[in-house]
Amino acid sequence: MNEKKLDFIEPDTSVKVVKVTGQKSSRKRILDMGLTPGTRVDVIRRAPLGDPVEFKLKGYNLSLRKREAETVLVEVLK
Amino acid sequence: MTEKITVALAGNPNVGKTSIFNAITGSKQHVGNWPGVTVERKIGKRVHNDVMMEIVDLPGTYSLTAYSLDEIIARDFIIEEKPDVVVQVIDATNLERNLYLTTQLMELGVRLIIALNMTDLALAKGDNIDETKMQEFLEVPVVSTIGSKGNGIEGLLDAVTNELHRTRVTGNVFTYDDEIEDKAEKLRVILDSDPYFAHYPSRWFGLKLLEGDENIIKKGKESDSFPKIQIILNETDADILEAKVADQRYKTIQTMLRQVCNINTSHLSGSDMVDRVVTNKALGIPIFLSLMWAAFEVTFTFATPFMNMIDIFFGWLAETATTAILVPWLASLVGEGMIAGVGSVIIFLPNILLLFFMLSLMEDSGYMARAAFIMDKLMSKIGLHGRSFIPLVMGFGCNVPAIMATRTIEDTRDRLITILITPFMSCGARLPVYVLLAGAFFGRDAGVVIFILYALGILVAVVSAKLMRSTILKGEDAPFIMELPSYKVPTLKGSFIHMWERGKIYLKKAGTIILIGVVGVWLLASIPAPGSSGTFASQEIYGTTESMIGMIGQILEPLVAPLGFDWKIAVALLFGVVAKEIVVGSMGVLYGVGENEESLSNILSAGSMTPLAALGLMVFTLLYAPCFACIGVIKRETGSWKWTLFQLAYGTSLAWGFAFVIYQAGTRMGLMA
Repeated sequence: MNEKKLDFIEPDTSVKVVKVTGQKSSRKRILDMGLTPGTRVDVIRRAPLGDPVEFKLKGYNLSLRKREAETVLVEVLK
Repeated sequence: MTEKITVALAGNPNVGKTSIFNAITGSKQHVGNWPGVTVERKIGKRVHNDVMMEIVDLPGTYSLTAYSLDEIIARDFIIEEKPDVVVQVIDATNLERNLYLTTQLMELGVRLIIALNMTDLALAKGDNIDETKMQEFLEVPVVSTIGSKGNGIEGLLDAVTNELHRTRVTGNVFTYDDEIEDKAEKLRVILDSDPYFAHYPSRWFGLKLLEGDENIIKKGKESDSFPKIQIILNETDADILEAKVADQRYKTIQTMLRQVCNINTSHLSGSDMVDRVVTNKALGIPIFLSLMWAAFEVTFTFATPFMNMIDIFFGWLAETATTAILVPWLASLVGEGMIAGVGSVIIFLPNILLLFFMLSLMEDSGYMARAAFIMDKLMSKIGLHGRSFIPLVMGFGCNVPAIMATRTIEDTRDRLITILITPFMSCGARLPVYVLLAGAFFGRDAGVVIFILYALGILVAVVSAKLMRSTILKGEDAPFIMELPSYKVPTLKGSFIHMWERGKIYLKKAGTIILIGVVGVWLLASIPAPGSSGTFASQEIYGTTESMIGMIGQILEPLVAPLGFDWKIAVALLFGVVAKEIVVGSMGVLYGVGENEESLSNILSAGSMTPLAALGLMVFTLLYAPCFACIGVIKRETGSWKWTLFQLAYGTSLAWGFAFVIYQAGTRMGLMA
């Protein structure tokens, strides 16, 4: 499988969520925000200082620090 | 006879909940805190169709888990206070994620009404939502609204009163797979048979147990039926289940959305285009800094003439009162105590109003989240959130509104640390002290000295934040999961209401503390010291050795002597807690030169003080206890005297330590002799 961590994905790439790992509290919040398995996520941009990262999913924009993005396993969409 | 009901207003952040609340309640609002915490609670009243509604604005949340204070408050209110109707405000341009909260509100078994807000923006975006179909699918009333224009409010209130007479629909629109449903049903049977759980919606409680919600499991453990519950929970893996629950909620939402609306996903929104510039790698930071500069200028420069007017007015009032009152002590109490006290409360009002007007524009337009996005990397280095940056910068103008601005920081610990370190940002009132002392002792290098003081303040704040994070306020950094809401045109009305609310809170909550402080210092300066022959509140003893404050100054002298200060400085510093700029004026009076700054700097540099002690005094002024106004808002915003006193003690000890090292080490090394 081509699973990657979300923080490694370059901007202007689209991915599909495979799994959310990490600590229970942050994992639950990430799931609640809609990063459930199968969801399409577009990586939009990194903040000017390199972190956090902005994503688009379910028609809205979300930002995660790399630390949180690292807990989201994704598959790159062609 | 009018019926009285409670209506809770729920919804995600940034969905226009506040504008709906304002449109319903108008100016009849009461702003306070939720019991025991410093999360804001707004309550308003409205009579509609002969029904008296008390509208409670719940904190904006994306979900109702136990991981965030806001979510616990919202869900506890719904479970414990059982509002008659819950209105969920939904952003029509962002249905999918908004409906996630709907699923949870429905599971809580509340009478739910959906206010489909910002329908104008959805339409402009090209989305087509069939409200009737949505209503059929969800089995709850759906009313479309445009909160910013006040459209649809009457219809919404009609729906609320109609709902009261309808039987509650318990249809479970949101169902899960057989495994979850089967377990939830088994749990429901157990819960329904135990009176301990009678208070809770059993299906919701069962699902939360399955999801491993810590708060709910704790409640469950207190019941006698817990062993039976435990058996069912042991069969499942809560981690897998919680992912499944979230996933299946979103799946049902998607199924519904396919039936009720047509969402235009094709075009790049205006918001995305703005963001290409505003959060751009090269332009993001310059744009942010220019906006900060503009906000700072508006707040502190525009406020200056108003502050001068307030100052002149209260000065005039005090003088008029003093001459009109013939009993000298009473004249002094009214003039120098009370009127000056009220003046020192009101003088901050222009700053507070203007800053909150600016912040409200930034928040409502959606820029605030971008500012946090841009500055987060820097702030995370000291364990804080991007949202801490703006209050800290505003601290350079005035710490009082800056501390009030920490409200936008979600995480309690981040907010507390930001409040505790904001007083180290050198505010405008400390500048006159630096200007006088640096000018008198460092001549051409005065600018450099002042710059070093500002830098030292930042350094102390940064180191303190790191220190607190790793000691008294230890813990994992809060996860950074932040929505970047689409840009909106802020409404003047909304910003004015927000600004006025902040002003009122300041006057009511902080005002009293400031007033008590100022009058207290006046009393100390007016009561003759034991053994003095002076009369109470006479000009002759005010603030001199003959008064209590003078006596305290002399008692404190041994404490400040190692810093190269005499008792006069100790007294001036005590006065400085009223307002920092007073340090200069009181020194003038104590050294017998009146308010004339030039003669004061001559006297000081002629030998009353060494340059090292002067440097120490500037550093001391920077770091020691903030002014009463600041103390008042620290108390109001932390909700705790313990933290307020901690700030005072911590700052004052640091001030003493730095001044001690500067004076002692400097003298020994023969610097600036």
